[in-house]
Amino acid sequence: MRRITKHPILQFEEKPVITFTFEGRKLQGREGDTIASALHANGIKVLSHSRRYHRPRGFFCAIGKCSACLMTVNGTPNVRACVEPLVEGMDVRRQPATGGELKW
Amino acid sequence: MVKTQLLVVGGGPAGLAAADTAASLGIQVLLVDEGRSLGGQLVKQTHKFFGSGEHHAGVRGIDIPQLLLKEGQDKITFKLNTTVIGCYQDRVLTALTGEDEYFKISPQAAIFATGASEKFLAFPGNDLPGVYGAGAVQTLMNQYGVLPGNRVLMVGAGNIGIIVSYQLLQAGVQVAAVVEAAPQIGGYLVHASKLARAGVPILTRHTILAARGKEAVESAVIARLDDNWQVVPGSQQELEVDVVCLAVGLSPVVDLLRQAGCRTRYVPELGGDVPVRDSLLRTSQEWIYVAGDVAGVEEASAAMVEGRLAGAAAAKQLGADVAAADEIIARSQASLKALRGGPVGEKIRSGIAKLEGGIANA
Amino acid sequence: MLKTTGVAQKEDWQAKLPPEERRKAGPYVVYECYQKIPCNPCEKSCPFKAVTIGEDINNIPRVDYDLCNGCGVCIARCPGLAIFVVDETYAPGYGKVLIPWEYLPVPEKGSEVTAVGRDGKDVCRAEVVEVRTARNQDRTVVIGLKVPVDLVNEVRGIKLGGEDNGR
Repeated sequence: MRRITKHPILQFEEKPVITFTFEGRKLQGREGDTIASALHANGIKVLSHSRRYHRPRGFFCAIGKCSACLMTVNGTPNVRACVEPLVEGMDVRRQPATGGELKW
Repeated sequence: MVKTQLLVVGGGPAGLAAADTAASLGIQVLLVDEGRSLGGQLVKQTHKFFGSGEHHAGVRGIDIPQLLLKEGQDKITFKLNTTVIGCYQDRVLTALTGEDEYFKISPQAAIFATGASEKFLAFPGNDLPGVYGAGAVQTLMNQYGVLPGNRVLMVGAGNIGIIVSYQLLQAGVQVAAVVEAAPQIGGYLVHASKLARAGVPILTRHTILAARGKEAVESAVIARLDDNWQVVPGSQQELEVDVVCLAVGLSPVVDLLRQAGCRTRYVPELGGDVPVRDSLLRTSQEWIYVAGDVAGVEEASAAMVEGRLAGAAAAKQLGADVAAADEIIARSQASLKALRGGPVGEKIRSGIAKLEGGIANA
Repeated sequence: MLKTTGVAQKEDWQAKLPPEERRKAGPYVVYECYQKIPCNPCEKSCPFKAVTIGEDINNIPRVDYDLCNGCGVCIARCPGLAIFVVDETYAPGYGKVLIPWEYLPVPEKGSEVTAVGRDGKDVCRAEVVEVRTARNQDRTVVIGLKVPVDLVNEVRGIKLGGEDNGR
C-alpha cells in the first residue's frame, strides 16, 4: 500500500512477491525488502514494545546501528529487522524489549 | 587467519576511494563491509553532488560508487555482509560474515572508513514509531521504495535535513515544516531555496517540544525559541504529521578505533569523538588510517578525497612507488583544501586544526 | 531573510540581473547563487565561457552577459538548481522563464500550470511552452513557462502536485 511506483529520479520495478508471516498473520513483501521495509509497506510501524511500560517501538536508523528494531525471526531473537533481508516463509514476531526474556 | 597488505573497513565513498587508490598503486587490498552491496550511504543520495570535476560534481550520489572503482579492481578482494567486531593492538582483527563465518584478519595496515551514525534528540514521545532518523527515511524511500508516511516534520535545517526534505517531496510525501533551533539555516542556501519554492516553511529558531500519538506519531508540537534558546510562551503549535524526521547531526563511529588503542578527542565541529590523526590521516597507531565521516563528519565529496589520501599514504607506508603515492597525496591535500576553503568549510578547518597537532603532543 | 527562510529577497535577486539594456536584448541567465560553497559545474558547462568561478571553487559564479546568450545549458548542471533563464523579449507582453524541475508529474508542453515564486506562493497561471529532457541533463528537466513580462523575475517554480493538488 505504501510503495513508490513513480519517481522523478529512481526507477522502482515491480519485483516478485515474497510471502511471510508477522505475528502469525500472512503478509506480502517484495524481493529486495528487509523485514522492516516489508512491514512498513504493510502499514506496520510497531516492531516491539518496551520492557517496563510496554510503549510501542519502531525502527530509528534503518541501517542496523541503533537496535531499535530487534525482532524474533524463525525463533531467533534480536534480529535487526531493518537490515535482515526478507525471505519466503519467514516467521516474524515482536519480542519484549530484550530477547533474553523470551521463553524457550 | 586471512592475511592482506591493506584492510579497508567500510565500502562507502571513503572506503571505496581508499581501496581503489591503494590497489592502483599495486597494494593487495581486502575490503569488508557490513552491508550487502557497496557504496555505503551513497546508494540513497539521489541528488547531484557539489564540488569540482575531481569530486564527481554534478553526478548523482547513487551513480558515484561505480565511478570510484576504476583502476585496481583485480587487486581488491571484497567481502560483503561482513562486520569487523574486534580490533586488537597486535594488528589482528576479528570479523563475522553473516551469522556463522567467523575469522581473523592480519593486515599490515588498515584504513577505517566506518562512517557515522545519526544523533538523537530528547523530547517526550521521541520513542514513538514514526520518529525516524533522516537517513532512515532516505533508506526506506530511496533504497527500498517504501514511503515513510504521508506528512513529515523535519527537525534540523543542515544539509541532511533540507536534502531529505526535498527527496520526500520528490517521492510525493508532504513536508509540513523544517524546524531549526539555530538562528540560521545550516545547510547550503541553494538547497533551502528549493524547499522554499516548493512551499515548505523553514522555521529557524524553532524546535520540537513533543511527538504525540498512541501507537505511532499522530502529531508534533513545535515552538519558537528566543535568543537564549528558551521556548517563547504561547508560541506552541501542533502539526498533524505521521513522521518526525530527525536530522540533528551525525557522530563518527569510532568504537573499533578505540579498541585498537587509537587516541580520540572530543571535537564538536567534527561531530563528537574523533580519532586524533596527522595530515596523512594516520592515527596514533602507526598502522591505522582513517577516512571519511569517521575522521570528522563532512560532505561525501570530502570523504572520497580523504579515501584517496589515506589510500595513497597507506600504500606508501607499505612500499608502493613513492613518487606515484606522493603525487596522489599532494593532489588530494590540495583538493581537500579547495573543498574546505570557503566560509562553509570554516567549522571543519577549525575542527581539524585541533586534531592534527594531537599526535605530536602525545 | 534568505539565511533564515531560504527565500531570496528582492534586493538579493535584483543584484543578480544584468543591466536593463541587456535584459531587453534577449534571453539572459540569472544565477541565484548567493553563498560561497565549493561547487563549479556551471563554469564547465557553459559552451560560451560566459560563467567564471575561477581557481577557488568556493567563489560565487560571475556571468559575462556579453558572452551569455541565454541558451540554458547550465540550468540542469547546477546541483543546487539555482540557475534560471529569463527572456523578456519572448512575445508581446509576455516573457519566458526556464526553470529546473525534478518532480512528477512533468507538465506537458502546451498545458497550463500555476507558477510560483521563490517563496512557493502562487504568482500567476503560465503556459508550458518548452520541456527539455536531454540525456545529459541527467533527469533534471528544464521547463519553459510563458508568463506576463512583468513577472519574469518573480516566477521561479511550478506548484507541486499537478493541477489537482489540493494543498
